[in-house]
Amino acid sequence: MSLDVNTIFQIAGIGIIVAMIQTVLKQMGKDDWSQWVTLIGFVVILYMVASLIGNLFDKIKDVFLFNG
Amino acid sequence: MQIVGIGLIATFLTLVLKEHQPVVAFLLVIFVGASIFIFLIGKIQQVIETLEKIAANAHLNMVYVETILKIVGVAYIAEFGVQIARDAGQGALASKLELAGKVLILVMAIPIITAIIQAVLGLMPR
Repeated sequence: MSLDVNTIFQIAGIGIIVAMIQTVLKQMGKDDWSQWVTLIGFVVILYMVASLIGNLFDKIKDVFLFNG
Repeated sequence: MQIVGIGLIATFLTLVLKEHQPVVAFLLVIFVGASIFIFLIGKIQQVIETLEKIAANAHLNMVYVETILKIVGVAYIAEFGVQIARDAGQGALASKLELAGKVLILVMAIPIITAIIQAVLGLMPR
């Protein structure tokens, strides 16, 4: 259970950091960099969520005797 | 207890993230939904095992019990997908998912329906 709390804070942290970087980069005028950073942050979070959902579906498979 | 705690934390974080990064907030909601579901899977497993034991010593035909379990599984997953799609604002997609879930359940229920009909026909005097 504690794993979930950590990962939740990680995801939220990445989101907030990306938002901050975006505002900072906007002031410095380098807009294209901020897009890159948001993309990278998004991919990292997507990877985390995807791996958890994959794990979830595997668990469902063996719980509900999905042999098909 | 833990689940409520995590759910609350997640709602607060999503509120914070909503203005800056709506996408990340949405991913966070999916993540929390999945983790709560994983937490429940363990409990569901015990319930299903007891059900199977009862069915086994009641000499029920295991095929039916298995199809019922599969139908419950499909219903769970379809519901999970529908809620997430609706949460993301995709009403049309959610209803498509729901339709797919129903059709799949129907397909799985066919053997049971045929068995019931045969049983009923068998009872009827000819």
